[in-house]
Amino acid sequence: MEFFTSDTFRTVLTALNTGFLKTLQLFFITLLGALPLGLIISFGSMSRFTPLRWLTRTVVWVIRGTPLVLQIIALFYVPGMQKWFNWPSGESGRMLAVCVAFVINYACYFSEIYRGGIQGVPKGQQEAGLVLGMTKLQIFRHITLLQMIKRIVPPMSNEIITLVKDTSLARVIALQEVIWMGESFMKGNSGIAGLTWPLFFTAVYYLVFSGIVTMLLGKLERKLSFFQ
Amino acid sequence: MAILEVHNIEKHFGATRVLEDISFSLEKGQALAIIGSSGSGKTTLLRCLNFLETPNHGSISVNGNVIFDANDPITQRESEVRKKRLHFGLVFQSFNLFPQYTALKNVTLAKELLSQELPEYKQNKKAILEEIQAEGRELLKKMGLSDRADHYPSQLSGGQQQRVAIARALALKPDILCFDEPTSALDPELTGEVLKVIRGLAEQKTTMIIVTHEMAFARDVADEVIFMDGGVIVEKGPARQVIEHPQEERTRQFLSRYAEN
Repeated sequence: MEFFTSDTFRTVLTALNTGFLKTLQLFFITLLGALPLGLIISFGSMSRFTPLRWLTRTVVWVIRGTPLVLQIIALFYVPGMQKWFNWPSGESGRMLAVCVAFVINYACYFSEIYRGGIQGVPKGQQEAGLVLGMTKLQIFRHITLLQMIKRIVPPMSNEIITLVKDTSLARVIALQEVIWMGESFMKGNSGIAGLTWPLFFTAVYYLVFSGIVTMLLGKLERKLSFFQ
Repeated sequence: MAILEVHNIEKHFGATRVLEDISFSLEKGQALAIIGSSGSGKTTLLRCLNFLETPNHGSISVNGNVIFDANDPITQRESEVRKKRLHFGLVFQSFNLFPQYTALKNVTLAKELLSQELPEYKQNKKAILEEIQAEGRELLKKMGLSDRADHYPSQLSGGQQQRVAIARALALKPDILCFDEPTSALDPELTGEVLKVIRGLAEQKTTMIIVTHEMAFARDVADEVIFMDGGVIVEKGPARQVIEHPQEERTRQFLSRYAEN
């Protein structure tokens, strides 16, 4: 009991909380960027214009075929080394670079899920809309979209849960997310060193958060079960 | 004057000729049945009329106006096609109801979207939508589905779903209503209720084209029958004559196979 009221515990907890806020920030920015961008990429990969389709599919292949860690490192260091541009210095620059890498990476994964979802809607649905005089945009908005969402919720849930944990990859360029914070108490932080429990304690954050995400996505899935 | 005139329609898929030199006309208030074995081009013909396929050759006129001409690209522009489609309604073999909407919303959705293009939509939105709703309920009532208006398609039987689909097609008041084998996906005990509805439409002089395998139904309900085989019209004439006293050998063979079953 004494342990939970100790200064050490309080210091560690505050640091982990700060780190986890950054984890959350990365998580939500990635979702906010990758969900719409993925849809745009999926349209590209289904385009009837062959060069665009091939270009998009090649990009998706490269992004999905290489480790995200590598993409983060490349995106953060290469522009400066090649003197193209420099990321803003400090933690905000690291955050920005990591967000860009995550959004692109996850958008590519999402795009394939979207593609499966859109192509899984029977062609007759679109034809029914067409003969009723709807425009292609109206058909997408009023007919295809919700059927697609229903189809993609389960595979999307998988990716989103993976994203919760993938955010920890950001530590490779020293973004001070929750794992980085946990580890810092082994090396030395705020006068504390040689502690291993903070690193393992970060698991609790991930578990709680992925639990909440799973619950919310399950709710969405049930909400969409009103039709088949 | 004929409400529909089809001239020399041809459709190829690659090297396969699915329709060859199809010409016929239809008078207002008449019902035309198209019969023939699978792969004879009946469905493709309906799809051409509804602009779901683009014929390689020929023209289509409604009320004397050319709405499609294979030689005139202007008639094939997407924005033009969308309006011209509305001359036709199409009831699909597999219903194709929108699963996320209730029966009523399935019937009213297209009309609601179209009404947004009216100049007075903004001022009268509520009245316009209420009227569309009332019309939708009326149509469902006509189909004997008053008590099913708020059901989702998955909660309806196949026959009920197809009747909703007919109401949906009627909601836009098409000049010509097309049916693509409307009962082929139904259990035998459910075909009756759908055929009854179509029979009722014929009695009210709805202009219709019905692709069907129900020979007795075609004979009793249609004014004219076209028999297609291998992408061409083999025989056409008054319904009773074509089905009971076919002139062509191929028609006789086709009908005798049905009689055996």
